[in-house]
Order: sequence, then C-alpha cells, then structure tokens
Amino acid sequence: MENDVSAVPKNGFAGFDRKLRKSRTAMVCLCALVLTVFMLLSMAFASPEAVQAAEGGAKSAMPWWAWPLILFVVTFLLGIVAVLGGVGGGVLFVPIIGGFFPFHLDFVRGAGLLVALAGALAAGPGLLKKGMADLRLALPVGLIASACAIVGAMIGLALPTNVVQTSLGATILGIVLIMLMAKKSEYPDVKQADALSTALRINGIYHEPSSGQNVNWKVHRTPQGLATFIIIGVMAGMFGLGAGWANVPVLNLMMGAPLKVSVATSKFLLSITDTSAAWIYVNNGAVLPMIVVPSIIGIMLGSIVGVRILAKTKPAAVRYIVIVMLLFAGLRALLKGLGIWT
Amino acid sequence: MADKLKATEEQLAYALLLDKGMKLGLLMLIITFSIYLTGFLTPHVPVDDLPKYWSMPVHKYLESANIHPGWAWLYMLDKGDFLNFTGIAFLAAVTLICFARIVPILFRNKDSVYGIIAILELLVLALAASGLLKTGGH
Repeated sequence: MENDVSAVPKNGFAGFDRKLRKSRTAMVCLCALVLTVFMLLSMAFASPEAVQAAEGGAKSAMPWWAWPLILFVVTFLLGIVAVLGGVGGGVLFVPIIGGFFPFHLDFVRGAGLLVALAGALAAGPGLLKKGMADLRLALPVGLIASACAIVGAMIGLALPTNVVQTSLGATILGIVLIMLMAKKSEYPDVKQADALSTALRINGIYHEPSSGQNVNWKVHRTPQGLATFIIIGVMAGMFGLGAGWANVPVLNLMMGAPLKVSVATSKFLLSITDTSAAWIYVNNGAVLPMIVVPSIIGIMLGSIVGVRILAKTKPAAVRYIVIVMLLFAGLRALLKGLGIWT
Repeated sequence: MADKLKATEEQLAYALLLDKGMKLGLLMLIITFSIYLTGFLTPHVPVDDLPKYWSMPVHKYLESANIHPGWAWLYMLDKGDFLNFTGIAFLAAVTLICFARIVPILFRNKDSVYGIIAILELLVLALAASGLLKTGGH
C-alpha cells in the first residue's frame, strides 16, 4: 500500500492522471510525426524529377547532405519508436527507408543489417553477463542461421530488385500478422526436454528480479526449431531485416524457452546471424558509409532516448502505431515492387 | 544450483570481448566518419555525386564508380569514404574474434561438441568475410 501511495505525485491522482495522459499524447504525437515525415518523403520522392533521378541515377534537386541529414533524424525517431514498440530497429529500418528514401534497396538492406548488428553487439555483453542470453542455446541455432543468412544475402543481391521489393513487402505484411496474432508465453510448459537438447545440455536457471525467484528452464522440439532457423537465416540475409520478429516466437513458443531468455538470446543471436550476411553485403559493395553511419548513430541515440521514455511511460498505443507503420511500409514495398506505386 | 545461476566461463569471456570490441568499433566508426565529413581525406566518390550513385543497383554503382568489390578497399584507405570501412569491417569482425576466444575455453573444459560448433561457426563467418562469395548481379 505504501508503495502505491509513493508512486503518486504530490498533487494527487488527478495530477498523476494528467501527467500520464500528457505523456501518452506526446507519444502519439511522436508517432504521428514519424508517419507524417514518411508521407512527405514519399510525396517528395514520387515527384517526376525524383523518379527520374532514381531510375536514371540523375542528380537530385536537393543538396547531397539533405538526405543523410533526414536519414539521421528519421532513424533517431525510429530508434525511439522501436524501443517503445518492442521491436528491433532493423525490421522498421529496411521497409521504411527502402520505401521512402531515394536509396537503392541493395544499400538499404546492407545498412539495415549493419544497424541490426550494431544494436545486437551493443546489447549482447549485458545480456550475456546477466545470464539472460544463453550461449548454449544461441550457438547451435546461430550456426544454422548464419550459414543460411549467407545464402539469403547472395540470393537477395542476385535477384531483380522488383522481386526482392515485392517479397520484402509480403514479408513485412506477414510480420504484421505475426505481431497481431502471435501469443507469448512467459514460462512455457516443457514437460520433458528432447534428446538433442539434453545431449547439448541446452538448459539453465535465470534469476527473475520481479518475483525474486530462480527460474529453471529447458527446451523441447529442438530439431524442429533448428530447421525453422534455416528459413529465418535466409530471410534475414535476403531482406536485411534482423530477425527478432521470428527468433522470439520460435525460441519461446516452439522450443519452449522462457520469454525473457528468448528475447535476450534472440537479440544476441542477431549479432551472429547478421555478421555473416553483413560481410556478404560489404564484400559485394552494397554498403555506403554515407547511409550506414548516420543510420547506426541515429538509431542508437534514438534507442537511448527511447529507453529513458520507456522508464517513465509505455503507452500500449505505440505498439499499434508501429504495426500501422509496418503495414503502411509493407504495402508501399509490395506496391513498389509490383510497379503500382513507384 | 549457485553455479548454474552464474554465466559460464566462455559466456563471460565472450561478453567481455564483445563489450570492448563494440565500443572500439563504434569509436572507429565515429572518427572515420568525421574525417570523411570534414573532407580531410579526399573521397573516391565526390560527396556531390553521391545522389547519382545511391539510387543505382549495387552492380551498376560498382561499375560506374570504378570500385572493386571484396577487400580492395584496403588499398583505398587514403580515400575519405573508404576509410570508413575500417570501422564497419571491425564491427563485422567482432563476432569472429569472440568465437576465436571461446574455442580454447570450450576444449579446455572438455565441452568438445560446443568447441566443434564454435569452430564451424568461425569457418562460416570466415567464409562470409573472405570475399570469395560473389553474387551474379541483377
């Protein structure tokens, strides 16, 4: 009871409620701003001069520094929204930057992988030290995913752009469905570990600070889980999306790892999967520093701000706004790939 | 039970190296990009021409800008734009370094299955980084 009272500011419940509503409004305004920026970019890029510039490689009317600057601002906002919406930066980056900026999809996917990689490298040490991310769970899965990400990256760079664009749009719409429908299980019921996970000793105990308890976990359906990572790896490499959206449901719902272990291991896993795919993009020239560096710095700074905002408030609406943004960007990618909305 | 609550030796070694590597890589990225932006080193592709290239498919860009893919950037580190690849490549190499670090720990602890998995992972990442895998183009 004391805790409840201490959580209320001095001016009472009315003030607390007002503060909450104010921060919610701020969040909605932020997301609306991001959407407006995309719409404006979309309209700007849809002008005849811009389309001509994109197709023929002609010079744009804007100074060269304008796009990297806008990219930095947009990725900063994406970093905030990604944290508040509980998604990885990579999954927002590729469809949104690919759909609304004049950069070719090859360079956007290369940058997307490096953005997701930088985020995973930054989060990895803390998650590993705390024992939330599990190396024994990540290693076999990472081996399969990273090998397949190479194949995916090579397929993505070899296929015609419109095919990749269309497939990307379909994938993003699929991710929207997963986000809307997939359930999460805090502590999945794993009655018995399977033979493979027992042989590999994929199990552990982690300390849950909220309940003060130590959670004992093990996994099942390991062969099926490993097989699914073949597809996840190929898609991660092909579209440069990162793969947290797929890793977490497979680790949590299919293999039965606790949600926190799944989320943390998934984040760390991205550092392995995206490394192999990123090298393919780097070695095939699909990395432009002028796109990559502002994106990495922008999204990392945005994530830092996002975490601070998250500590104060987390309006549920943000997740739905992220879903709407992805839906919009996915449709844009699909229609762009099909030549309907160029 | 108490032992299982702690992260394993290889996990901690991995985390420690990853932490240092990530910070160093990010620092390299910021320094090299600042050099690029200030124009201290002349870039291979003039910044004014970038909008002409970034809308092209990668194969067309490489051809038009006369850039050789793979590790050829190592010979162009005197160019402001290619200097950035030191930071980018370092960030992409951090995971390789971490795996190389845990292989001896795993074998020393007689965890040979995971030792082999870690070696295989190293080989996969080294193959990706080698530049041997080229795409056909579109």
